[in-house]
Amino acid sequence: MMYYSRLRMASVIGVCLIGLALCLPNVIRQPMASLPWRQIHLGLDLRGGSYLLLQVDMNSVTADRLRGLQDETRQTLLKNSLGYRNLTTSAHGVTFTPRTPEEAQPDIRALRAMPMNVPGEFRVEQAEGGQITLTLSEEAARQRSYDAVTQSIEIVRRRIDATGAIDPEITRQGDDRIIVELPGISDPERVKNLLGTTAKMTFHLVADSAIGSSVPPPGVELLPMTDGQSKLPVFSHVDVDGADLTNASASIDQQSGEWAVNFTFDSTGAQEFGDVTRANVGKRFAIVLDNKVIEAPVIRTAITGGSGQITGGFSAQQATDMALLLRAGALPAPLNVIEQRSIGPSLGADSIRAGGYSLAAGFVLVIAFMALFYGRFGWYANIALLANLVLMTAILSLFEATLTLPGMAGMLLTLGMAVDANILINERIREEVGRGRSALQAMQAGFERATGTIVDSNATALLAHVMLFVFGTGPVRGFALTITIGIVTTLFTTLLLSRMLMVRWYARTRPSALPV
Amino acid sequence: MMFDRPLLRFVPRGTKINFMRGRFIGLATSAVLSIASLILFFHPGLTLGLDFRGGIVVEARTQGPADFNAIRAALAAQHVSAAGVQSFGGPDDVLIRLDTPPDSEPDHEARTQAMVDSVRHAIGTLPGAQVLRADAVGASVSKELFRNGMLALGISLLMILAYIWFRFEWEFAVSAVVTLILDLTKAIGFLVITHFEFDLVMVAAILTILGYSTNDKVVVYDRVRENLRKYRTMPLAELIDLSINETLSRTLGTSSTVFLAALPLALFGGASLSGFAWVMLFGIVVGTSSSIFIAAPLLLLMGERRLRRDARPPTRT
Repeated sequence: MMYYSRLRMASVIGVCLIGLALCLPNVIRQPMASLPWRQIHLGLDLRGGSYLLLQVDMNSVTADRLRGLQDETRQTLLKNSLGYRNLTTSAHGVTFTPRTPEEAQPDIRALRAMPMNVPGEFRVEQAEGGQITLTLSEEAARQRSYDAVTQSIEIVRRRIDATGAIDPEITRQGDDRIIVELPGISDPERVKNLLGTTAKMTFHLVADSAIGSSVPPPGVELLPMTDGQSKLPVFSHVDVDGADLTNASASIDQQSGEWAVNFTFDSTGAQEFGDVTRANVGKRFAIVLDNKVIEAPVIRTAITGGSGQITGGFSAQQATDMALLLRAGALPAPLNVIEQRSIGPSLGADSIRAGGYSLAAGFVLVIAFMALFYGRFGWYANIALLANLVLMTAILSLFEATLTLPGMAGMLLTLGMAVDANILINERIREEVGRGRSALQAMQAGFERATGTIVDSNATALLAHVMLFVFGTGPVRGFALTITIGIVTTLFTTLLLSRMLMVRWYARTRPSALPV
Repeated sequence: MMFDRPLLRFVPRGTKINFMRGRFIGLATSAVLSIASLILFFHPGLTLGLDFRGGIVVEARTQGPADFNAIRAALAAQHVSAAGVQSFGGPDDVLIRLDTPPDSEPDHEARTQAMVDSVRHAIGTLPGAQVLRADAVGASVSKELFRNGMLALGISLLMILAYIWFRFEWEFAVSAVVTLILDLTKAIGFLVITHFEFDLVMVAAILTILGYSTNDKVVVYDRVRENLRKYRTMPLAELIDLSINETLSRTLGTSSTVFLAALPLALFGGASLSGFAWVMLFGIVVGTSSSIFIAAPLLLLMGERRLRRDARPPTRT
C-alpha cells in the first residue's frame, strides 16, 4: 500500500503523458499527414446543423414484391397451360382458385419451382376451400428490408454528397431506419425534399384510345399529371426504365429558353429507347416520375442516340434537383422523415460559451473547495482532477466521440464526483489519526479501507449510466458515454495517481504528523 | 508551507448526533413529500418535453422586441393555426409550439414534419427574424423515446438493487431501492412544481441523481457493515448512528463538491442545461438527506432483529 515501485510510478506518469499527447489534436493542427490525428467532434447542438431520422416504408417494399409475385404466378401458370380464377394480392400473399380441383397439385408443383430471391422466400399452400396461397416468409421479409435499407443508405449518401454538404453522417438505426446528420445545414428543407422523392422514372406509351374514359381498360392506368389537375391514361407496361440512365444534367433549352433536364442511357437503355421510339413514331410517350406524368411529348423521329431531354416547365432549382435525383438513382422504397432537429449556428455558439464558462467556474469552485478543506492532500486531489480531465479528453478523442451539450454537463459532474474518492481517503486518514494511529498506519488504513467503498460506489453509478447509454438516443448517449469514461478515469487517477503523490510525499519527508 | 494544512473544516471531529431518534419524523416527512409529489404527478402532471410529447418546437429570434400579433399573423398566412407562441429567454426570443395531428389521421407523421417548414416560411416573412432551432418529433418516435427512457430508469433501479444485494445483504438492497424510489417521486414533484419539461435530458438528470444517491448510501452502508463486524454487541440503532456520524464529514464534503460543480451550470448554463442542473442540485440535497433520514432508518426497521440476532460476519465477496 505504501510502496510504489519505479516501474509502477513510471507507468502511472506514462499513462498521464500519453493522455496529454492524445489531447493535442484538439488544440493544434496536424503537423504531418502520417501522424494519427484523432479529435473530439462537436455535436450538432454545439456546432449547428440538422439531424433527420428517416423510416423506410417497408409496406411498399412488400407490396412491390407481392405485385411481382402475382405477375410471376400468372406467367408460370400460363406457361404450364394451367388455368386460374380470382388471382388477387392481399397484404400477406397472393391467392387464386385453380380452374379444376384436379389441377391443384400441378399448380403447386409448378409454383414451387419458381425462382426465389432467397431460399425459402415464399410458401405455396392449399387452403380448405381449394384456394392456393403464396405467402412470403418472415425470414425473407427481414432480408428484404435489410437490403432495402442498405440500398437506401447508398442512394441517400449519393444524393446528399451531390448537394455539397460537408461531413454528412449517414447511419443505419434499428431494422428500418436511417439517421442523417448534416453539420452546418440549419435548414434541412431542400435535403428533406430530395430524400422524400423516390425518383423512380419510367417511360410508358400513352393509351390514346382510353382518353376521356374514367374506368381504364385492363393493362392501362390513369396517372395524374404533375400539375395535379388532369389525369392521363398510360399503358402499365414499362417500355424503358430510368434505372438504365447513366447521366443526367440540367441546362437551359436553346430553343424555348426553358430549364430542361438532359439524360443519357446506358447501352441497354439506349437500345430499348431506340426500338420503342422507332416503332411508335407519331404516338405520345409519357415520362413518369414516382407515378406522376411529367410530360407526354409526341415521338417525332426514332431516338437512337441514347439521350433525351425533359422539359416540364421547371424552375432552375427543380431542374437541378431532378437531374441530381436521376443521377443518384431511385430509392427502393419511399423514405419518411419521422424526426428532425436543427440548430442554427448562433445558438450552438451560445451553448458552447455558456457551457464552457460554467464548466470552468465549476472546476475552479471544486479546486478551491478541495484546497481549503483538505490542504496538501486536497492539492494532490486537484492534480489528480486535472489529470482526470486530460484523460477523459484523451479517451474521447481516441474514440473520436461527439461532444454534446449534455456531454459537457457529464464532464462537469464527473469532476464533481471524482473528488469523492479523495475525500473518502482523506476522511478515513483523519479518523485513523483521531484514533491515535501513527502517520504511516493512518495512511495505510485510509487507503485500504477506502478502496472497497470507492469501488462499490463507482460500480453502481457505472451501471446506471451504461443503461442510459444502451437505451438513450442522441445527446443523452453522449452524456452517458462521458460519465462512463469519467468513472473509469476517476478510478485510475484517484486509486493510482493521487495516492502515488501522497505516498511519494510521505517517503520524501517522513512526517511525524499528517496535514489533515 | 501555507497550503499544507486545511484552512477550514466541515464538521467538528467526533460528532455524536442521535439521528435515529428522529427516524419517525424523517420517514413521515419523506412520506408526506412523496405522497404530495404523487398527487402533483397525477394533477396537474408533468410538463412533457418535445421528446415525449411529439409535435414541433421552433425557437426564433426577432429583430427588436417580439411582436406576437405579427408572428401570429405570419403563421396564419402559412395556414399554421392553433400555434402556441410564447416569449422565451430575452424579449426578442420566441418559442412556437405545435402538437402532432391526431394519430387517427393517416398522414399525421408527414404533416408533423411539414409543419416545421411552414413555420420556417412564416418566420422568413418577418423582417430580420431568424430561426435558432427547429425540432419536429413524430408520434411514433415520441412514444418510443418515452418507452426507452422509462426502460432505462426501471432497469437501472433493478441493477442497483441486484448489485447492492450481491455486495451487501438484502436488507441493505431493499432499503436502498425503497429510498431511491422515494427520491425519484420527489424529483418528479420538483419537476411538476418548477414546470421544467420532462424529456430525455431530464431522464439523464434523474438517472444521475439516482446514481449519486446510491453512491451516498453505499458509503454509509459500507460503514455500517464494517461496524457490525467491529462492535458485535452494540444495539443496531446506536451502531447506525455511529456509522452516520463517522461518515458525516465525507457525506457533506462530497455533496458540496458536486453541488459546487453543478451550481454555475444552473445559474449560467443556458436554457437547455439549467433545467438539468437545477434538477441535479435538488437531487443532491434530497439524495444526501435521504441517506441519513430515510435509508438508515429503513435499514434499522428491517434489520433490527435479523442483522443483530445472527451476529454473523456479513458476507464480503
